[in-house]
Amino acid sequence: MSNKDTIVDVPTVNKIARLSRLDIPEVNKESLTNDLNNILGFVAQLDEVDTSNVEPLASVTGHKLPLRSDDVNDGNIEDLVLKNAPESSSGFFVVPKVIE
Amino acid sequence: MMSELLDLNLVEASKALKNKEISSLELTKAYLKSISDTSSLGAYLEIVEDKAINMAKESDKKLIDATARPLEGVPIGIKDMFCTKDIKTTASSKILENFIPTYESTVTQNLWNDGAVILGKLSCDEFAMGSSNETAAKGNVINPWLKNKKMSPGGSSGGSAAAVAARSALAATGTDTGGSIRQPAAFCGITGLKPTYGRCSRWGIVAFSSSLDQAGPLTRTVSDAALMLNSMAGYDQKDSTSANLKMPDLMDYLDKGIKGKKIGIPKEYTQDGISEDIVKFYEKSIGWLRDEGAEIIPVSLPHTKYALPAYYIIAPAEASSNLARYDGVRYGARQEASSLDEMYELTRGNGFGDEVKRRIMIGTYVLSSGYYDAYYLKAQKVRRLIKEDFENVYKKVDYILTPSTPTTSFELGKKQDPLTMYLNDIFTVPASLAGLPGISLPVGLDKSGLPIGIQLIANSFDEAGLISTARVLEMSAGFNFIADGAAK
Repeated sequence: MSNKDTIVDVPTVNKIARLSRLDIPEVNKESLTNDLNNILGFVAQLDEVDTSNVEPLASVTGHKLPLRSDDVNDGNIEDLVLKNAPESSSGFFVVPKVIE
Repeated sequence: MMSELLDLNLVEASKALKNKEISSLELTKAYLKSISDTSSLGAYLEIVEDKAINMAKESDKKLIDATARPLEGVPIGIKDMFCTKDIKTTASSKILENFIPTYESTVTQNLWNDGAVILGKLSCDEFAMGSSNETAAKGNVINPWLKNKKMSPGGSSGGSAAAVAARSALAATGTDTGGSIRQPAAFCGITGLKPTYGRCSRWGIVAFSSSLDQAGPLTRTVSDAALMLNSMAGYDQKDSTSANLKMPDLMDYLDKGIKGKKIGIPKEYTQDGISEDIVKFYEKSIGWLRDEGAEIIPVSLPHTKYALPAYYIIAPAEASSNLARYDGVRYGARQEASSLDEMYELTRGNGFGDEVKRRIMIGTYVLSSGYYDAYYLKAQKVRRLIKEDFENVYKKVDYILTPSTPTTSFELGKKQDPLTMYLNDIFTVPASLAGLPGISLPVGLDKSGLPIGIQLIANSFDEAGLISTARVLEMSAGFNFIADGAAK
């Protein structure tokens, strides 16, 4: 099952980590890169399958997404919404400053 | 007396409660004792003793005044993927270690509405990503079988399976994305049922892969699974993929038999690498169903081989999107930092375990610009071919019989690389991708004394027929072994 091809290298792993907003310690990067190459090498088997006339399947239910009327039905629960926030103030979530 | 109480399965206990032969309080206390006696297995993350006692007392009132509901007074465990109001829900992740939901999942609410008593929350792989329970932030659960050898209970619903097998829960809920109910049920010698996608509401269940996630019961018997699913299932407006179809009372289908039913045996499920003992019991199971009047028909599901690679694109892709919500802002742990982006990266880097990070990375990669068509779209196309394989076979047969897993349980801590671990789900993933209902039930023990599970797969929304067929197999197999690590 080992995969000889390198699909992703460390710079690519850095880029994906950035897109994923994941801090990956430097010491773990090599083994993570290996794992990702093994997994991506494994899933590359799908190239053997002829899918030229196949529509992608996103949902197995076959039903259309139901619509509902646009009513507010769970309002006035500000306290509950904020209850698990790491930091909140005056009814808002608080995050580190984003503009100078 | 305690041992006699623990001997009762869910259906028997429910009957004894309704006949006032036992009370919910004594039954619940017996299970709380059993949780403490088997605590070394690590199945429970949270035990809610006071709540359990109060619910049991309420149930006893209803049992006396004859207003008892279908699950009145039965003590059960809940996988930590289900949000439970005012009870810590962590999905076995450090990032949710202090999360206390302010609302209740639909499935658990359905269970409480039908009278069930909560014992506590059960461990699982982190965010249900794993097949051995080893990715849980607070450490693995131990399989009660061959207890001293420290075998894996399977995953991701490892705590649920271990608790039912160890008799520290009369039944438990699980979630199954690629095999997370059926594989641990097989490893722990119990019954695990994954319903049709859409049968149980996903509302309030911590999301992993939304086009695949489905809740279901882990129980001692097929009848117990029927009784649990009766309560768990149902249409829910709060889940846009919930099926607006009434499920028949599954208890009516226990003794329908299988005379004249056609059972498909897919040739792709007996490949190299599958244990000899499992093949032996698979062949025995085929014989048992034939003896009970079923017609056995060889079939082919030609794209089976591609199910696992398709799954390991689709599930991580959906996971990477779903887990974006853990941003240290609205709930969950936060790592302080001077900028917002740094806060996100440190929070997520510190809060997620290695397997979850790998899957987020794979998912982000396959969805990223330039790779989307080659990976994600390709996998969705293969998913359609896999679904069509099943549709073609169900023109010829009523049910499909396969082994549940290629091997029985393995020892914990023998580090397996991620890919080898993924192969555990090779027989359960195809039905997940097709959204079909499947059940794993124990049919025997292998040479070392570990349980062997066999899987039945039905067509969409035919849980009733699945129960009838599984019940026949269960009766023929007569599996009545109890794990050596179970409470006495």
